[in-house]
Amino acid sequence: MRKIAIYGKGGIGKSTTTQNTVAGLAEMGRKVMVVGCDPKADSTRLLLGGLAQRSVLDTLREEGEDVDLEDIRRLGFASTICVESGGPEPGVGCAGRGIITSINLLEQLGAYASTENLDYVFYDVLGDVVCGGFAMPIREGKAQEIYIVVSGEMMAMYAANNICKGIVKFAEAGGVRLGGLICNSRKVDNEREMIEALAARLGTQMIHFVPRDNIVQRAEINRKTVIDYDPSHSQADEYRTLARKIEANEMFVIPKPLSTDDLEKLLIEYGLAG
Amino acid sequence: MSEVLDTNNPETLTPPPEVVKEELLAKYPTKVARKRAKQIVINEVGPDCTVPEIMANVRTIPGIITQRGCTYAGCKGVVLGPTRDIVNITHGPIGCGFYSWLTRRNQTRPAGPDDFNFMTYCFSTDMQEEQIIFGGEKKLRQAIQEAYDLFKPKAIAVFATCPVGLIGDDIHAVCREMKEKLGINIFAFSCEGYKGVSQSAGHHIANNGIFTHVVGLDDSVNGGRFRINLLGEYNIGGDAFEIERLFEECGLNLVATFSGNSTIDQFANSHTADLNLIMCHRSINYVAEMMETKFGIPWIKVNFIGAEATAKSLRKIAAYFDDPELSARVEEVIAREMPAVEAVRAEVHERCAGKKAMLFVGGSRAHHYQELFREMGMETIAAGYEFAHRDDYEGRRVLPNIKVDADSRNIEELHVEPDPQRFTPRITPEDLARLAMGDLTFKDYEGMMPTMANGSLVVDDISQYETEKLIELYRPDIICAGIKEKYVIQKSGVPMKQLHSYDYSGPYAGFQGAINFYQEIDRMVNSKVWKFLKAPWQEHPELTAHYVWE
Repeated sequence: MRKIAIYGKGGIGKSTTTQNTVAGLAEMGRKVMVVGCDPKADSTRLLLGGLAQRSVLDTLREEGEDVDLEDIRRLGFASTICVESGGPEPGVGCAGRGIITSINLLEQLGAYASTENLDYVFYDVLGDVVCGGFAMPIREGKAQEIYIVVSGEMMAMYAANNICKGIVKFAEAGGVRLGGLICNSRKVDNEREMIEALAARLGTQMIHFVPRDNIVQRAEINRKTVIDYDPSHSQADEYRTLARKIEANEMFVIPKPLSTDDLEKLLIEYGLAG
Repeated sequence: MSEVLDTNNPETLTPPPEVVKEELLAKYPTKVARKRAKQIVINEVGPDCTVPEIMANVRTIPGIITQRGCTYAGCKGVVLGPTRDIVNITHGPIGCGFYSWLTRRNQTRPAGPDDFNFMTYCFSTDMQEEQIIFGGEKKLRQAIQEAYDLFKPKAIAVFATCPVGLIGDDIHAVCREMKEKLGINIFAFSCEGYKGVSQSAGHHIANNGIFTHVVGLDDSVNGGRFRINLLGEYNIGGDAFEIERLFEECGLNLVATFSGNSTIDQFANSHTADLNLIMCHRSINYVAEMMETKFGIPWIKVNFIGAEATAKSLRKIAAYFDDPELSARVEEVIAREMPAVEAVRAEVHERCAGKKAMLFVGGSRAHHYQELFREMGMETIAAGYEFAHRDDYEGRRVLPNIKVDADSRNIEELHVEPDPQRFTPRITPEDLARLAMGDLTFKDYEGMMPTMANGSLVVDDISQYETEKLIELYRPDIICAGIKEKYVIQKSGVPMKQLHSYDYSGPYAGFQGAINFYQEIDRMVNSKVWKFLKAPWQEHPELTAHYVWE
């Protein structure tokens, strides 16, 4: 079983990219579980065809101690297993602690047991690494591979670099490694070259360049992944390609985060070159 | 009777303080030693009572086992806990509430069978993981409602523990909302344990809260000619009862005590008093200062620990009110009380004189209790506070020179202005100047160090290691500290008196309290039991052997 966490700046398209990639893996016959680690609980919407999921924490709150795996798992597109950690309303409580509790409960209930025959677990994690709770998926070997969704926009690259700092911190203790950057294109000038250069500087790869296409938005409005909504569309093939590349990936590194100065230099170099 | 140490007997000789200080620091890494060196001071009282500077109210070095407690403990446990008719709810996991369940033995005496007394209860929201994740405001609201439904109290106070600060529950908003809904006074304290460097931060937060939400709510003047408040007296082992008895016999009218044997109505009315008396300067001077600024009530430092100190304090009060009848009654009371005190004092003095005490406790007790030991002929060779500031050591004269660090700035300092209607100076500037010429000083605390002997050792925030080392070097006859130190000290064969809870005895305040203390300490330091710490076969083995390699 490969355990993969997807990080990246808020709004960069982590959940969309994750679900479309998972759809690609599922299509290939892989058994995949997606664990949404965002209090908004919207990480599995496209796989489930809507926000029908009862979160782990809501279930725990309502059912008390008597929680079954079946209470918190739902089957989505192509038999993908969907779990939402859930969490508090914005502005109250501690979402980070919620994720810790939720992942611990999943483990105790046997969601990762070998009898489940999972090929992949994907963690889709909120925004930047904001506190210990959100780092949970990369601690203690919960996830072994990280992919960072990034674009050529400056703040997205800042966030990617920051996430790399988080990975370095946990790499030694937990054994987590960076598998690559996924460029979710925003049609920024020189975007591909810039992200390839950033990847090289970090000591990793740009595993795939996902072009921007409005079909993604149309599929989303219809609560579907592109593969589900329009299987023959070229964008669906992009996600299938990404899925295959992840399956075949063998490059796992401890990243070398850039200093802020170096990162800005890189931005100027490629930004100005355009 | 031996007043002085027997210099012919090396057993009773204490090493010079310089040597002791060096020994205490020897084991520390350089940086730690440098910092601790500023907190371990050899006392030297110069002309005009100047003393060396001591570093205090700074962070404890990680790894050092400190005596200190947390901000929540200072706020709820020390200052607000002893009030009997406020339902004090700890908002947090159950341990914080349970372990702060008035272990200091604060006593109270309800006015009658219908009077409230919640001090024997322990109220907590029993926060669980669900509240940590989803927020605890709802459960707090429920807890307030439940406490109200069960007890119909006059007031409810809410105390924040560490996790509440981390997850950001708005306890003040919940209290405002419930106050509106239930029509009783409900207020909260953001006294998360991790704030500040010690429980001292919690005292300050408690002072701010009680001043903001309670003091001044009831303007009715309830009679009496000599209206006083007693601040910083927490009625441990019944101390406040003894002081109240003396006040009553002297004809003084006690409006409020902060907070031993107190009620919320007394706090609300306390701004109608004409004089504030401060016992524990560290924990309560903020309220006294704010009451002076807002309402015009002057404050003086008093001490009812020690018979002489008690008599002196009563005379100070009489001097302030400047009334011949009051002065005569005070003298009468002193004259009536003193013979009994003197009889016991003389008796124990014979057995206790020349014995050595060390006091490491609190923010005022390490100072006040030196009076009692002095009356018994005992010498305080080393003393220090857990959480006091420089002014409590060196006197308030150093206040302008105290550097306010970031940790202290983190604790809110209320900005108080004279109340446009209710500010009334209690004393004319001329009278103030005249009294100041005599024995009475206002707004002043001389501090502990000017009253201690030259060459005595003053140690701030003493560590467990330093305590053990001092025992080894000084072999004191008794040590006063708290529960965390108690058994380590006793295991090394030294009697130990807790001054947070008085173990199981007290009161020690006032005249009757002095008698209790003399007898208790006499019993402890002259007990033969400590000589039996070693088993007979350790002292006189019937069989001896040695290892072959020896």
